[in-house]
Amino acid sequence: MALNPHKGGSDLIVSPSDQPEVPENVFLTTMDSVVSWCRKHSLWPMPFATACCGIELMAVGASRFDLARFGAEVMRFSPRQCDLMIVAGRVAMKMMPVLQRIWLQMPEPKWCISMGACASTGGIFDTYAVVQGIDRFIPVDVYIPGCPPRPEQILRAVMDIQAKVQKGGTTFGNEGLPELRAREKYVLARRDTAAGTGIADERGDEDRFGYRIPGGPSQLGIEETR
Amino acid sequence: MSTAAPSPTEAAPSAASEAILAKLAAAVGEDAYCVTRFRDNIRIFVTPAKLIEVLTALKTKAGCAFLSELGGADYLKYPGRTGPRFEVHYVLRDLDTAGIVVVKAGVDDPDPALPSVYGLWPGCDWMEREVFDMYGIRFEGHPDLRRILMPDEFASFPLRKDYPLRGRGERHNFQRLTREES
Repeated sequence: MALNPHKGGSDLIVSPSDQPEVPENVFLTTMDSVVSWCRKHSLWPMPFATACCGIELMAVGASRFDLARFGAEVMRFSPRQCDLMIVAGRVAMKMMPVLQRIWLQMPEPKWCISMGACASTGGIFDTYAVVQGIDRFIPVDVYIPGCPPRPEQILRAVMDIQAKVQKGGTTFGNEGLPELRAREKYVLARRDTAAGTGIADERGDEDRFGYRIPGGPSQLGIEETR
Repeated sequence: MSTAAPSPTEAAPSAASEAILAKLAAAVGEDAYCVTRFRDNIRIFVTPAKLIEVLTALKTKAGCAFLSELGGADYLKYPGRTGPRFEVHYVLRDLDTAGIVVVKAGVDDPDPALPSVYGLWPGCDWMEREVFDMYGIRFEGHPDLRRILMPDEFASFPLRKDYPLRGRGERHNFQRLTREES
């Protein structure tokens, strides 16, 4: 213990004998967490708004709910300037290649929010023209339920994304959380298997959506790959 | 509410609509088509061969200058139906008298085709493209008969009754992007 020679601050400095002395208001951390900390407070969303969820998204950006409080108010309409894609609304099968292309045009690191029932599951539009959940074709970090979701839910999703950025980000990219990486491995294994066969680890989509395809989960994929 | 107003089931075609029908009969003769009435509708059934003749007469001689609507229907397995599988209907209006008639033309499998009315109403452009997109009915003489709603590579005609509502896997036939690759 010693008296603080500088003016201001506490009078007392506690310095264990085996550790270097660190002045007050100096913090030690890792480079990764500092970079993630900067990143999570300056998310630039790409509003992929195709339906009524987009209107709620506008409300979030406006003054009443004020997405700027979370540092994510800079909506850009060029994917090359964005790192957070918010898919708001149903995605038609004609739009899916466009969505994938926009996702590929976004620079790393990047995150994706699937906003609302339609983007997450297809919602009530279970027809030939509507994709039944964008997570079948692009990676999704946070899902928002609701039809459409309340603006508070979108703020909550942004906060969840922030937590995820802090937890899973590295200096040079977005490696994602461990459970997500496991899921991605399933996806890659799934793609390499022949149509009509399943992989044991996969949590079947039929279980997710609550219906059974004749033949059971091992037959998963027949309908989708035909 | 006035008790004198006819109920919808008793409503009859307006005098203006009946006048259109009279002018049409004078122009092309009653043998070219057959007429049915339902509530306040007048339906004029024509064969594809007579379609252009009847529509031209309606436009030039009966005052129906406005093609209000053009659409299709698939009557596959429709109870009690014996006619052709598809029907295309043309809703024509006389904007001066507010008369309205519906012209219907039946067309059958395979390779359903009708003459295009682009020469009469260029506004039919996108409507005929939509009927082609949804039912596969070709409109001969249309200048640009492409799909309008579905993607160009789409292989089916989704509003046909033998097409399943959830499709044949088209909505799931995409490359899957993972985070490692994107």
